[in-house]
Amino acid sequence: MKLTLKIWRQANASAAGAMHTYELDGVSTDMSFLEMLDLLNEQLVTSGEEPVAFDSDCREGICGMCSLMINGQAHGPEVTTTCQLHMRSFNDGDVITIEPWRASSFPVVKDLVVDRSAFDRIIQNGGYISANTGAAPEANSVPAPRDKAMRAFNVATCIGCGACVAACPNGSASLFLGAKITHLGELPQGQPERYSRVASMVAQHDHEGFGGCTNIGECAAACPKEIPLDVISQLNKDLRSAIKQGY
Amino acid sequence: MSPRVSCCAVATTELVKGVRTTRSTIALKLLMAISGIVFILFVLVHMYGNLKAFSGHDAYNEYAEHIRTVGTPILPRTGALWVLRVVLIVSLVAHVASAAALWKRANRARPVNYQVKRNLSSSLSSRTMRWGGLTLLVFIIWHLINFTIGKVNVSGGATNDPYNLLVDSFDTWWLTVIYLVAMLALGLHLHHGTFSSLQTLGYTNTASSRQRARVAGWVVAIVIAGGFSLVPLFTLFGVITK
Amino acid sequence: MAAGTHYLSGLTATNGPAVQTSDDAEGFYVLGDKLVDEKTPTGPIAERWTTRKFENRLVNPANRRKLSVIIVGTGLAGGAAAATLGEAGYNVKSFCYQDSPRRAHSIAAQGGINASKNYKEDGDSVYRLFYDTVKGGDYRSRESNVYRLAEVSANIIDQCVAQGVPFAREYGGLLDNRSFGGVQVSRTFYARGQTGQQLLLGAYQAMERQVAAGTVEQFTRHEMLDVIIADGRARGIIARDMVTGEIETHLADAVVLATGGYGNVYFLSTNAMGSNVTAAWRAHRKGAYMANPAYTQIHPTCIPVTGAHQSKLTLMSESLRNDGRVWVPKNAADCEKDPREIPEADRDYFLERIYPSFGNLVPRDIASRAAKYMCDEGRGVGPQIEETGPDGEKRLVRRGVYLDLTDAIRRMGREKVEEKYDNLLDMYERITGENPYELPMRIYPAVHYVMGGLWVDYELQTNVTGLFCAGEANFSDHGANRLGASALMQGLSDGYFVLPNTIRDYLADGPFPVIDETHPAVVEAQQAVQERINRFMTINGRRSVDSFHKQLGQIMWEYCGMERTKEGLIKAIGLIRDLKKEFWSNVKVLGSADSLNQDLEKAGRVADFIELGELMCIDALNRRESCGGHFRAESQTEDGEALRHDEEFAYVAAWEWGGDDGAPVLHKEDLIYTAIEMKQRSYK
Ligand SMILES: Cc1cc2nc3c(=O)[nH]c(=O)nc-3n(C[C@H](O)[C@H](O)[C@H](O)COP(=O)(O)OP(=O)(O)OC[C@H]3O[C@@H](n4cnc5c(N)ncnc54)[C@H](O)[C@@H]3O)c2cc1C
Ligand code: HEM
Ligand code: HEM
Ligand code: SF4
Ligand code: F3S
Ligand code: FES
Repeated sequence: MKLTLKIWRQANASAAGAMHTYELDGVSTDMSFLEMLDLLNEQLVTSGEEPVAFDSDCREGICGMCSLMINGQAHGPEVTTTCQLHMRSFNDGDVITIEPWRASSFPVVKDLVVDRSAFDRIIQNGGYISANTGAAPEANSVPAPRDKAMRAFNVATCIGCGACVAACPNGSASLFLGAKITHLGELPQGQPERYSRVASMVAQHDHEGFGGCTNIGECAAACPKEIPLDVISQLNKDLRSAIKQGY
Repeated sequence: MSPRVSCCAVATTELVKGVRTTRSTIALKLLMAISGIVFILFVLVHMYGNLKAFSGHDAYNEYAEHIRTVGTPILPRTGALWVLRVVLIVSLVAHVASAAALWKRANRARPVNYQVKRNLSSSLSSRTMRWGGLTLLVFIIWHLINFTIGKVNVSGGATNDPYNLLVDSFDTWWLTVIYLVAMLALGLHLHHGTFSSLQTLGYTNTASSRQRARVAGWVVAIVIAGGFSLVPLFTLFGVITK
Repeated sequence: MAAGTHYLSGLTATNGPAVQTSDDAEGFYVLGDKLVDEKTPTGPIAERWTTRKFENRLVNPANRRKLSVIIVGTGLAGGAAAATLGEAGYNVKSFCYQDSPRRAHSIAAQGGINASKNYKEDGDSVYRLFYDTVKGGDYRSRESNVYRLAEVSANIIDQCVAQGVPFAREYGGLLDNRSFGGVQVSRTFYARGQTGQQLLLGAYQAMERQVAAGTVEQFTRHEMLDVIIADGRARGIIARDMVTGEIETHLADAVVLATGGYGNVYFLSTNAMGSNVTAAWRAHRKGAYMANPAYTQIHPTCIPVTGAHQSKLTLMSESLRNDGRVWVPKNAADCEKDPREIPEADRDYFLERIYPSFGNLVPRDIASRAAKYMCDEGRGVGPQIEETGPDGEKRLVRRGVYLDLTDAIRRMGREKVEEKYDNLLDMYERITGENPYELPMRIYPAVHYVMGGLWVDYELQTNVTGLFCAGEANFSDHGANRLGASALMQGLSDGYFVLPNTIRDYLADGPFPVIDETHPAVVEAQQAVQERINRFMTINGRRSVDSFHKQLGQIMWEYCGMERTKEGLIKAIGLIRDLKKEFWSNVKVLGSADSLNQDLEKAGRVADFIELGELMCIDALNRRESCGGHFRAESQTEDGEALRHDEEFAYVAAWEWGGDDGAPVLHKEDLIYTAIEMKQRSYK
């Protein structure tokens, strides 16, 4: 396949960026999207141009490191991560526009790489169950109803990639936030901190400069782990309860 | 030791207890949802009242009079109406102020736009809430000038008879068009707004309840926008006459 | 815990000190002194850890604030250690090269984590887990360590559940288990196919809580490039801020490396793109011993390679072997056919045929080699791939065998199969474009895990005072082969329960004298790092870093992969030395050193991989026996199974850096078993 790639290049956080156009030949349908970029980079290096910086690590859809806006869709046209997107989803001659996640809370570091440390700080503010090592009771002493455990698991699969923020017209991280609230809130172990958790996580979310959610739903459509919009409803509900309880 | 580097070394915030929840984006949204629902209830009743126009001049004017006298003599004349007005004004202020705050936030959250952006699951209505809301605001101002505060009769007729004012107004084709456009905006606003308020209040915790909320959005939008449109249309086409 | 009752009293050492007679690696190394882990406790095996914990000195809570620990790595081992030491009140600095600690490669583990809870009442116990692990590792691990691992395994599950790790549960709300790779009891806890992710998120969240509490300071996108050894103790690290390019010095009272595995020396592996050996290798060059580097685990169930563009291989959890049946066509002529058209009678379920009692569940090394042989015989399936054989000839081979779920779908129904494996099967379909519910999956072995790593004593301290090593980065408790679901167990055991107990004994002597950036050791390390970076930036050659990495990978896979021979390994050493020369004169790194520069990062990693690759080949060459994941063609039984030589090789090979121009020095640590009897492994 032969492709035309329009890629955002930006030297560093403070430099101005612009779109650059590259032609790339010899792309095979078996390649993953990132292997296609590897090929481009190999050619750029040969021709003496600095390769395009982009994030990836596991390349199997689980670490959440990869993050590209491909033709206006976070992680591209399939419901999956960028690294699991394969070139068989494209056609010979396609023009592909590749941009970094855009959000003021995710500043661009270089080219297609952004800084998502805001997510870590949201987790720091309550995204855990306080259980000091060694203090845990026997695991089976607190049974967890299976359906609740299943729901907790389903939403705990969030990989923290940030596609939800990237896709949301408001730049809101509500899906990410809701996923963690729901995961911990569904489990018996998560109850004691349930309302203080939602209060402080939401406060941090807002403090980081993410937008408010207006229930548009682009986030869930972009989420590679198919986290459903339920979690935002759950988030809202828990916050409402937290207000009532005076947090 | 080397200084920490600002980009990745992490600043932490204390866990907070206290006023923060009520100042959060979600609290703003709750305010919007509650005021939005107040509006929905109001427009439902208002629409029902408007349909009295089909019952003719006297029935309609009686109704107009009735809303000014409910609650008397415990309340003074127009007392109940004023209670309603206060509730509406408070809701409007809350609704518009939160909308403005969230709008501003959203703009700041994405200062640089995408070169290409595709929408996958958002609806036209969800994307037009803000401009649509603004349209409604302009409409409401005109509407109040038209029928309540200013009592403007565009055809130059009398303004002291509610029924006649109504018919005069909608006999004017361009005013009817303005109203119909406004009803379209209202329908869109309600289509997403109804669903959205249920989601904001946390009543859509499963796929099926979310589906029901979406259906509710359609029903409310069609019933209200459709119901409101009947009177102007039927007046324009001469069914409702003086 | 009833563990003590399993203690086999009266057993004494079943093997004497090793006397090695063969010397294939002659000329490639220097023999050094014997190594004795002086800290291995004695006494009944079931009491060793408890006694040690009691004997280790305590640190008063008020003093902990004055003590600092650097932890490099935020995987299960590093993340858990940072959280636990933070909770205890020490000052922890945590480093990772990703943009968030949550992305450490532990996140990718799929299948599960072992623990001897015996929830199924099927005969499991601490002793049995210990026994299985030692046997699985082909009697090349330290028994005290393995026993401790089995002992704390149950605490891990308790800890993780308390943190909110959503393990699979039964209808009654209690935890579910499954049996996993080469084991006959159900002791594997799992969270669908994402166990590693859930465990890591638990550790990550616990660590973030400490970040908020101010005990842990987190440095992301920081790569450790050297360790600082001052006045005989590890006192800090040099790290590069990968965003600004700044070379930073971080000092502390102790340093922990929990930097994961180095499987990427093969270029293609199931490891993450950034997985590297740099941290461990830099420590090695400063004196830390590298133990058993040749012990590599090749995982049998990965998605086969499709072409030269491939950047990594993807694992299909081995749990699929519980329900899937592995086969190839009986006749090479059928290999091109649609598998559904090959009748039952023409299929060779080779694992069930050769290993009737374990069948598809034989340990990884055995399953992997069997698949390789089938393909070598010309009965592989899938596309033909061009490869260069050991003889240097190019040939076309199909590298794949079927993993067939048809029977399972028939037996349990598609829905049940979906519930169990859906995410894996989706991933398979996404990568291959084939639907595994309709066509049998194609799988092939791939490099997955390294049992080798920095040598540590019972206390997880390397031979460099104050330098600790945990998780996959140390030479670990898995001997020559790791059983499925034991790496997660080891990582968390090290991080939550072992290291925090052993490091305090070391820290009890601290705080150590304050040093600053003017200390000669710091200056030396800073300069060395800076010079190396300058060198990469100025070589200005013609070849990309990746091209060197790929070439190294091909050499390693061909000659130091599933089957190793003396000739092949000697050839590989020559090839690697040539490659090293070329690398240092012809590599091309563009961009600048003072900004994000992914090629510069890779260059440093590849340079270290090249040196490591050479040592791996020397280690493999020296060990003229087959054990676990290490298979020397010269040492096999009549029917082609691995043949150990305990009298010669029952030792840990700990290698000391011999200098850029010198040969590595081999220190042997004898493996003495008192609680278990050494046997030839048999899974027939
Ligand atoms: C695909 C896959 C599936 C697996 N499935 C299972 C399973 O089902 N069960 C099981 O028990 N085991 C499994 N394993 C093995 C197991 O996941 C790993 O062995 C284990 O998680 C390693 O944990 P760790 O903490 O030692 O290292 P890792 O999780 O690899 O963490 C390494 C850390 O070190 C950091 N780091 C590395 N180098 C540097 C440097 N130079 N500077 C700074 N930071 C650095 C990284 O950023 C990272 O934080 C699997 C492995 C893979 C690859
Ligand atoms: C006066 C001018 C108005 C403005 C500027 C305005 C603006 C907005 C905006 C920006 C939103 C948020 C979008 C979203 O949540 O998706 C919103 C939500 C809503 N609006 Fe309005 N609106 C106005 C009037 C009305 C009226 C007249 C009604 C009802 C008749 C109404 C009902 C709602 C409802 C129900 C919501 C959903 C609240 C929620 O999301 O929780 N609004 N409005
Ligand atoms: C075609 C549609 C509509 C018609 C024909 C209509 C008609 C009227 C009339 C006749 C009045 C005056 C009633 C009176 O004072 O006795 C009135 C008042 C009012 N209408 Fe409407 N209306 C319509 C739509 C709307 C909509 C969509 C809204 C809000 C979103 C709205 C909000 C109001 C308000 C707030 C008042 C003032 C009530 C008061 O305080 O007295 N109307 N309308
Ligand atoms: S919710 Fe989905 S899109 Fe958002 S960070 Fe998690 S996995 Fe990514
Ligand atoms: S797209 Fe944005 S507005 Fe809410 S529902 Fe999703 S966060
Ligand atoms: S690189 Fe890990 S999810 Fe894509």
